[in-house]
Amino acid sequence: MNPSEASPASLDRREVVAQLLSGRGDALLITGLGSTTWDAAAVGDGAANFYVWGGMGGAAMIGLGLALARPERRILVITGDGEMLMGLGALATIAVQRPKNLAVVVIDNEVYGETGMQFTHTRHGVDLAGMAAAAGFESARTVYTQSDLDTLTTVLYDAPGPLFADIKVSTERHETVLPPRDGTYLKHRFRRALLGDAEEGALAGRNS
Amino acid sequence: MNQGTAPVDSSHWPEAIFDVLCDAGVGQVAYVPDAGHARLIELCIADESMQAVALTSEEEGVALLAGAWLGGARGVLLMQSSGVGNCINMLSMVQECRFPLLAIVTMRGEWGEFNPWQVPMGQGVGAALANAGVIVHHVDEAGEVAETVAAASKLAFNAFRAVAVSISQRVIGSKEWK
Repeated sequence: MNPSEASPASLDRREVVAQLLSGRGDALLITGLGSTTWDAAAVGDGAANFYVWGGMGGAAMIGLGLALARPERRILVITGDGEMLMGLGALATIAVQRPKNLAVVVIDNEVYGETGMQFTHTRHGVDLAGMAAAAGFESARTVYTQSDLDTLTTVLYDAPGPLFADIKVSTERHETVLPPRDGTYLKHRFRRALLGDAEEGALAGRNS
Repeated sequence: MNQGTAPVDSSHWPEAIFDVLCDAGVGQVAYVPDAGHARLIELCIADESMQAVALTSEEEGVALLAGAWLGGARGVLLMQSSGVGNCINMLSMVQECRFPLLAIVTMRGEWGEFNPWQVPMGQGVGAALANAGVIVHHVDEAGEVAETVAAASKLAFNAFRAVAVSISQRVIGSKEWK
Protein backbone atom coordinates (compact mmCIF):
# COMPACT_ATOMS: atom_id res chain seq x y z
CA MET A 1 0.00 0.00 0.00
CA ASN A 2 1.24 3.42 -0.85
CA PRO A 3 0.68 6.17 1.71
CA SER A 4 0.32 8.66 -1.12
CA GLU A 5 -2.95 6.93 -2.03
CA ALA A 6 -4.32 7.44 1.45
CA SER A 7 -7.06 9.72 2.68
CA PRO A 8 -7.14 13.31 1.41
CA ALA A 9 -7.79 14.58 4.95
CA SER A 10 -5.98 17.84 5.46
CA LEU A 11 -5.95 18.39 9.21
CA ASP A 12 -2.54 17.97 10.84
CA ARG A 13 -2.57 15.64 13.85
CA ARG A 14 -0.09 17.67 15.91
CA GLU A 15 -2.03 20.87 15.36
CA VAL A 16 -5.30 19.08 16.13
CA VAL A 17 -4.06 17.65 19.42
CA ALA A 18 -2.51 20.98 20.40
CA GLN A 19 -5.81 22.73 19.77
CA LEU A 20 -7.79 20.10 21.68
CA LEU A 21 -5.49 20.32 24.70
CA SER A 22 -5.21 24.12 24.72
CA GLY A 23 -8.44 24.42 26.66
CA ARG A 24 -8.11 21.34 28.87
CA GLY A 25 -7.92 23.11 32.21
CA ASP A 26 -7.69 20.40 34.86
CA ALA A 27 -8.97 17.63 32.57
CA LEU A 28 -7.25 14.28 32.96
CA LEU A 29 -5.79 12.77 29.78
CA ILE A 30 -5.40 9.14 28.70
CA THR A 31 -3.60 8.51 25.40
CA GLY A 32 -3.45 5.32 23.35
CA LEU A 33 -0.25 3.60 22.37
CA GLY A 34 1.67 5.01 19.43
CA SER A 35 1.25 8.31 17.69
CA THR A 36 -1.37 9.85 19.97
CA THR A 37 1.07 9.51 22.85
CA TRP A 38 3.79 11.27 20.83
CA ASP A 39 1.25 13.95 19.88
CA ALA A 40 0.34 14.61 23.50
CA ALA A 41 3.98 14.63 24.55
CA ALA A 42 4.73 17.16 21.82
CA VAL A 43 2.18 19.50 23.37
CA GLY A 44 3.75 19.01 26.79
CA ASP A 45 4.27 16.31 29.37
CA GLY A 46 2.57 16.54 32.76
CA ALA A 47 1.34 14.52 35.70
CA ALA A 48 -2.28 14.64 34.54
CA ASN A 49 -1.31 12.69 31.42
CA PHE A 50 -1.33 8.90 31.53
CA TYR A 51 0.16 7.34 28.41
CA VAL A 52 -0.78 3.78 27.59
CA TRP A 53 2.30 2.28 25.96
CA GLY A 54 0.74 -1.19 25.62
CA GLY A 55 -2.53 -3.00 26.14
CA MET A 56 -3.75 -2.04 22.68
CA GLY A 57 -7.51 -1.53 22.69
CA GLY A 58 -7.68 -0.51 26.33
CA ALA A 59 -7.39 3.27 26.29
CA ALA A 60 -11.12 4.07 26.21
CA MET A 61 -11.83 1.58 29.00
CA ILE A 62 -9.13 3.10 31.21
CA GLY A 63 -10.92 6.37 30.58
CA LEU A 64 -14.21 4.84 31.68
CA GLY A 65 -12.78 3.44 34.92
CA LEU A 66 -11.25 6.82 35.68
CA ALA A 67 -14.45 8.67 34.76
CA LEU A 68 -16.54 6.51 37.09
CA ALA A 69 -14.01 6.90 39.91
CA ARG A 70 -13.78 10.68 39.56
CA PRO A 71 -17.17 11.97 38.37
CA GLU A 72 -16.23 15.53 39.32
CA ARG A 73 -13.38 15.65 36.80
CA ARG A 74 -13.43 15.78 33.01
CA ILE A 75 -11.71 12.79 31.42
CA LEU A 76 -10.35 12.94 27.86
CA VAL A 77 -9.14 9.89 25.95
CA ILE A 78 -7.14 10.59 22.80
CA THR A 79 -6.29 7.50 20.82
CA GLY A 80 -5.72 6.29 17.29
CA ASP A 81 -8.06 4.56 14.87
CA GLY A 82 -6.12 1.29 15.03
CA GLU A 83 -6.19 1.30 18.83
CA MET A 84 -9.92 2.07 18.91
CA LEU A 85 -10.68 -0.63 16.35
CA MET A 86 -9.02 -3.22 18.59
CA GLY A 87 -11.38 -2.35 21.44
CA LEU A 88 -14.70 -1.61 19.74
CA GLY A 89 -16.66 -3.32 22.51
CA ALA A 90 -15.67 -0.41 24.73
CA LEU A 91 -18.00 1.83 22.74
CA ALA A 92 -20.95 -0.33 23.80
CA THR A 93 -19.76 -0.66 27.39
CA ILE A 94 -19.20 3.10 27.75
CA ALA A 95 -22.56 3.92 26.17
CA VAL A 96 -24.35 1.70 28.68
CA GLN A 97 -22.60 3.42 31.61
CA ARG A 98 -23.29 6.91 30.19
CA PRO A 99 -20.49 8.79 31.99
CA LYS A 100 -21.25 12.50 31.59
CA ASN A 101 -17.61 13.44 32.19
CA LEU A 102 -15.95 11.31 29.51
CA ALA A 103 -14.90 12.24 25.99
CA VAL A 104 -13.25 9.81 23.59
CA VAL A 105 -11.41 11.34 20.64
CA VAL A 106 -9.90 9.28 17.84
CA ILE A 107 -7.12 10.82 15.78
CA ASP A 108 -7.94 8.97 12.57
CA ASN A 109 -5.24 8.89 9.88
CA GLU A 110 -6.71 5.65 8.49
CA VAL A 111 -3.37 3.84 8.73
CA TYR A 112 -1.27 1.93 11.25
CA GLY A 113 1.47 4.52 11.56
CA GLU A 114 3.82 2.52 13.76
CA THR A 115 3.90 -0.63 11.65
CA GLY A 116 4.38 0.60 8.10
CA MET A 117 1.34 2.70 7.21
CA GLN A 118 -0.96 -0.20 6.38
CA PHE A 119 -4.60 0.81 5.93
CA THR A 120 -6.94 0.43 8.89
CA HIS A 121 -10.61 -0.42 8.45
CA THR A 122 -11.54 3.27 8.59
CA ARG A 123 -9.68 3.68 5.27
CA HIS A 124 -12.18 1.22 3.84
CA GLY A 125 -15.16 3.14 5.13
CA VAL A 126 -15.75 1.86 8.64
CA ASP A 127 -17.44 4.74 10.46
CA LEU A 128 -16.30 4.92 14.09
CA ALA A 129 -18.54 7.89 14.93
CA GLY A 130 -21.46 6.01 13.45
CA MET A 131 -20.65 3.06 15.67
CA ALA A 132 -20.44 5.28 18.76
CA ALA A 133 -23.74 6.92 17.88
CA ALA A 134 -25.38 3.55 17.30
CA ALA A 135 -24.03 2.32 20.64
CA GLY A 136 -25.73 5.24 22.35
CA PHE A 137 -23.11 7.91 22.97
CA GLU A 138 -24.70 11.21 23.93
CA SER A 139 -22.84 12.90 21.11
CA ALA A 140 -20.79 11.47 18.25
CA ARG A 141 -19.33 13.21 15.23
CA THR A 142 -16.71 12.97 12.51
CA VAL A 143 -14.46 15.99 12.14
CA TYR A 144 -13.17 16.74 8.65
CA THR A 145 -12.39 20.47 8.59
CA GLN A 146 -10.94 23.21 10.72
CA SER A 147 -14.44 24.54 11.20
CA ASP A 148 -15.60 21.14 12.49
CA LEU A 149 -12.61 21.08 14.81
CA ASP A 150 -13.35 24.53 16.16
CA THR A 151 -16.90 23.44 16.96
CA LEU A 152 -15.67 20.31 18.73
CA THR A 153 -13.19 22.33 20.76
CA THR A 154 -15.96 24.52 22.13
CA VAL A 155 -17.90 21.55 23.52
CA LEU A 156 -15.15 19.05 24.33
CA TYR A 157 -14.85 19.91 28.01
CA ASP A 158 -18.39 21.10 28.71
CA ALA A 159 -21.00 19.11 26.81
CA PRO A 160 -22.62 16.20 28.66
CA GLY A 161 -20.92 12.95 27.76
CA PRO A 162 -20.19 10.43 26.78
CA LEU A 163 -18.89 12.35 23.80
CA PHE A 164 -17.17 10.76 20.82
CA ALA A 165 -15.28 12.41 17.98
CA ASP A 166 -13.41 10.83 15.08
CA ILE A 167 -11.04 13.40 13.63
CA LYS A 168 -9.78 12.73 10.12
CA VAL A 169 -6.14 13.79 9.86
CA SER A 170 -3.49 13.54 7.18
CA THR A 171 -0.98 10.70 7.13
CA GLU A 172 1.92 13.10 7.57
CA ARG A 173 4.37 11.75 10.12
CA HIS A 174 6.07 13.88 12.73
CA GLU A 175 9.07 13.69 14.98
CA THR A 176 8.55 11.03 17.63
CA VAL A 177 8.40 12.87 20.96
CA LEU A 178 8.82 10.34 23.74
CA PRO A 179 7.28 10.98 27.16
CA PRO A 180 8.21 8.87 30.20
CA ARG A 181 7.46 5.20 29.58
CA ASP A 182 7.98 3.49 32.93
CA GLY A 183 4.49 2.34 33.87
CA THR A 184 4.91 2.50 37.63
CA TYR A 185 6.32 6.02 37.38
CA LEU A 186 3.42 7.20 35.23
CA LYS A 187 0.92 5.60 37.62
CA HIS A 188 2.42 7.07 40.78
CA ARG A 189 2.87 10.50 39.20
CA PHE A 190 -0.73 10.57 38.05
CA ARG A 191 -2.18 9.36 41.37
CA ARG A 192 -0.06 11.73 43.44
CA ALA A 193 -1.19 14.69 41.36
CA LEU A 194 -4.82 13.63 41.51
CA LEU A 195 -5.13 12.14 44.98
CA GLY A 196 -2.29 13.64 46.99
CA ASP A 197 0.45 11.91 48.94
CA ALA A 198 -1.81 10.22 51.50
CA GLU A 199 -4.03 8.53 48.95
CA GLU A 200 -1.07 7.65 46.79
CA GLY A 201 0.15 5.74 49.82
CA ALA A 202 -2.49 3.28 48.60
CA LEU A 203 -5.03 3.92 51.31
CA ALA A 204 -7.65 4.69 48.71
CA GLY A 205 -10.95 3.02 49.46
CA ARG A 206 -14.25 2.91 47.77
CA ASN A 207 -14.78 5.78 45.34
CA SER A 208 -12.31 7.94 47.16
CA MET B 1 -19.23 -10.16 58.48
CA ASN B 2 -15.55 -9.78 59.17
CA GLN B 3 -12.90 -10.55 56.61
CA GLY B 4 -11.67 -14.09 56.75
CA THR B 5 -14.75 -15.53 58.40
CA ALA B 6 -16.33 -18.36 56.50
CA PRO B 7 -20.12 -18.53 56.52
CA VAL B 8 -21.79 -21.26 58.53
CA ASP B 9 -23.84 -22.27 55.53
CA SER B 10 -21.31 -22.89 52.79
CA SER B 11 -24.00 -22.77 50.09
CA HIS B 12 -24.08 -19.00 50.64
CA TRP B 13 -20.58 -18.43 49.30
CA PRO B 14 -21.69 -15.70 46.85
CA GLU B 15 -23.11 -13.69 49.76
CA ALA B 16 -19.88 -14.30 51.64
CA ILE B 17 -17.82 -12.95 48.74
CA PHE B 18 -20.07 -9.91 48.57
CA ASP B 19 -19.43 -9.17 52.25
CA VAL B 20 -15.69 -9.46 51.67
CA LEU B 21 -15.88 -7.05 48.72
CA CYS B 22 -17.79 -4.55 50.85
CA ASP B 23 -15.22 -4.82 53.63
CA ALA B 24 -12.42 -4.34 51.10
CA GLY B 25 -13.94 -1.10 49.84
CA VAL B 26 -14.54 -2.34 46.32
CA GLY B 27 -16.33 0.35 44.33
CA GLN B 28 -16.27 -0.89 40.73
CA VAL B 29 -17.47 -4.36 39.81
CA ALA B 30 -16.60 -5.37 36.24
CA TYR B 31 -18.23 -8.50 34.92
CA VAL B 32 -19.29 -10.57 31.99
CA PRO B 33 -22.57 -12.29 32.86
CA ASP B 34 -21.91 -15.78 34.17
CA ALA B 35 -24.03 -18.47 35.78
CA GLY B 36 -21.53 -19.15 38.55
CA HIS B 37 -21.34 -15.48 39.49
CA ALA B 38 -25.02 -14.71 38.89
CA ARG B 39 -25.99 -14.27 42.56
CA LEU B 40 -22.91 -12.19 43.39
CA ILE B 41 -23.50 -9.96 40.37
CA GLU B 42 -27.11 -9.41 41.48
CA LEU B 43 -25.93 -8.35 44.93
CA CYS B 44 -23.38 -5.94 43.48
CA ILE B 45 -25.90 -4.37 41.09
CA ALA B 46 -28.31 -3.86 43.98
CA ASP B 47 -25.69 -2.13 46.15
CA GLU B 48 -25.78 1.61 45.55
CA SER B 49 -22.22 2.08 46.75
CA MET B 50 -20.94 -0.15 43.96
CA GLN B 51 -20.77 0.62 40.26
CA ALA B 52 -21.49 -2.57 38.33
CA VAL B 53 -20.05 -2.42 34.82
CA ALA B 54 -21.13 -5.07 32.34
CA LEU B 55 -18.43 -5.78 29.76
CA THR B 56 -18.55 -7.11 26.22
CA SER B 57 -15.29 -8.97 26.85
CA GLU B 58 -13.15 -9.54 29.90
CA GLU B 59 -10.08 -7.57 28.82
CA GLU B 60 -12.21 -4.44 29.02
CA GLY B 61 -12.43 -5.08 32.74
CA VAL B 62 -8.66 -5.21 33.15
CA ALA B 63 -8.34 -1.78 31.56
CA LEU B 64 -11.39 -0.43 33.42
CA LEU B 65 -9.92 -1.34 36.79
CA ALA B 66 -6.57 0.19 35.84
CA GLY B 67 -8.43 3.44 35.24
CA ALA B 68 -10.34 3.02 38.49
CA TRP B 69 -7.09 2.68 40.42
CA LEU B 70 -5.66 5.76 38.70
CA GLY B 71 -8.71 7.57 40.03
CA GLY B 72 -8.39 6.19 43.55
CA ALA B 73 -11.06 3.48 43.40
CA ARG B 74 -10.79 -0.24 43.98
CA GLY B 75 -12.47 -2.79 41.80
CA VAL B 76 -13.00 -6.46 41.17
CA LEU B 77 -13.24 -8.43 37.92
CA LEU B 78 -15.76 -11.28 37.87
CA MET B 79 -15.48 -13.78 35.05
CA GLN B 80 -15.67 -17.35 33.90
CA SER B 81 -12.52 -19.32 33.12
CA SER B 82 -13.11 -18.86 29.39
CA GLY B 83 -12.63 -15.12 29.91
CA VAL B 84 -9.11 -15.52 31.25
CA GLY B 85 -7.72 -16.02 27.78
CA ASN B 86 -9.34 -12.81 26.63
CA CYS B 87 -7.36 -10.83 29.22
CA ILE B 88 -3.81 -11.88 28.50
CA ASN B 89 -2.30 -8.95 26.60
CA MET B 90 -4.19 -6.40 28.70
CA LEU B 91 -2.64 -7.97 31.81
CA SER B 92 0.75 -6.72 30.59
CA MET B 93 -0.49 -3.26 31.60
CA VAL B 94 -1.18 -4.53 35.10
CA GLN B 95 2.27 -6.07 35.43
CA GLU B 96 4.15 -3.13 33.94
CA CYS B 97 2.36 -0.50 36.02
CA ARG B 98 1.95 -2.77 39.06
CA PHE B 99 -1.75 -2.04 39.25
CA PRO B 100 -3.56 -4.02 41.93
CA LEU B 101 -5.99 -6.50 40.38
CA LEU B 102 -8.54 -8.67 42.14
CA ALA B 103 -10.22 -11.20 39.86
CA ILE B 104 -12.63 -13.95 40.81
CA VAL B 105 -12.86 -16.72 38.25
CA THR B 106 -15.58 -19.34 38.20
CA MET B 107 -14.20 -22.47 36.63
CA ARG B 108 -15.45 -24.45 33.69
CA GLY B 109 -13.71 -27.30 31.94
CA GLU B 110 -12.72 -29.23 35.02
CA TRP B 111 -14.79 -30.98 37.75
CA GLY B 112 -17.62 -32.88 36.04
CA GLU B 113 -17.55 -30.86 32.82
CA PHE B 114 -19.90 -31.97 30.02
CA ASN B 115 -18.87 -29.55 27.25
CA PRO B 116 -15.50 -30.53 25.78
CA TRP B 117 -15.03 -27.04 24.26
CA GLN B 118 -14.70 -25.60 27.76
CA VAL B 119 -11.83 -27.91 28.70
CA PRO B 120 -8.84 -26.36 26.86
CA MET B 121 -9.20 -22.90 28.37
CA GLY B 122 -10.37 -24.20 31.73
CA GLN B 123 -7.34 -26.46 32.05
CA GLY B 124 -5.08 -23.62 30.93
CA VAL B 125 -6.28 -21.03 33.42
CA GLY B 126 -3.59 -21.54 36.07
CA ALA B 127 -0.66 -21.55 33.67
CA ALA B 128 -2.04 -18.70 31.57
CA LEU B 129 -2.55 -16.44 34.57
CA ALA B 130 0.82 -17.37 36.05
CA ASN B 131 2.53 -16.58 32.76
CA ALA B 132 0.80 -13.20 32.74
CA GLY B 133 2.11 -12.40 36.21
CA VAL B 134 -1.08 -13.10 38.13
CA ILE B 135 -0.98 -14.93 41.46
CA VAL B 136 -3.65 -17.66 41.58
CA HIS B 137 -5.47 -18.96 44.66
CA HIS B 138 -7.59 -21.99 43.79
CA VAL B 139 -10.58 -22.99 45.94
CA ASP B 140 -12.18 -26.43 46.00
CA GLU B 141 -14.35 -26.08 49.11
CA ALA B 142 -17.29 -23.70 49.47
CA GLY B 143 -16.39 -22.98 53.07
CA GLU B 144 -12.99 -21.65 52.01
CA VAL B 145 -14.21 -19.22 49.37
CA ALA B 146 -14.69 -16.17 51.59
CA GLU B 147 -11.40 -16.41 53.44
CA THR B 148 -9.57 -16.97 50.16
CA VAL B 149 -11.14 -13.92 48.53
CA ALA B 150 -10.34 -11.89 51.65
CA ALA B 151 -6.71 -12.99 51.50
CA ALA B 152 -6.54 -12.27 47.77
CA SER B 153 -8.02 -8.82 48.34
CA LYS B 154 -5.32 -8.00 50.88
CA LEU B 155 -2.59 -9.25 48.57
CA ALA B 156 -4.03 -7.18 45.72
CA PHE B 157 -4.69 -3.89 47.46
CA ASN B 158 -2.12 -3.91 50.28
CA ALA B 159 0.75 -5.52 48.41
CA PHE B 160 -0.20 -4.12 44.98
CA ARG B 161 -0.37 -7.41 43.15
CA ALA B 162 -2.55 -9.04 40.52
CA VAL B 163 -4.41 -11.90 42.19
CA ALA B 164 -7.06 -14.26 40.87
CA VAL B 165 -9.21 -16.61 42.92
CA SER B 166 -10.36 -19.57 40.84
CA ILE B 167 -13.44 -21.32 42.20
CA SER B 168 -13.85 -24.95 41.22
CA GLN B 169 -16.90 -26.33 39.48
CA ARG B 170 -17.01 -28.62 42.50
CA VAL B 171 -18.13 -25.56 44.50
CA ILE B 172 -20.33 -23.97 41.86
CA GLY B 173 -21.97 -27.15 40.67
CA SER B 174 -21.52 -28.51 37.19
CA LYS B 175 -23.86 -27.16 34.55
CA GLU B 176 -26.74 -29.60 34.06
CA TRP B 177 -27.35 -30.73 30.45
CA LYS B 178 -30.71 -32.34 29.84
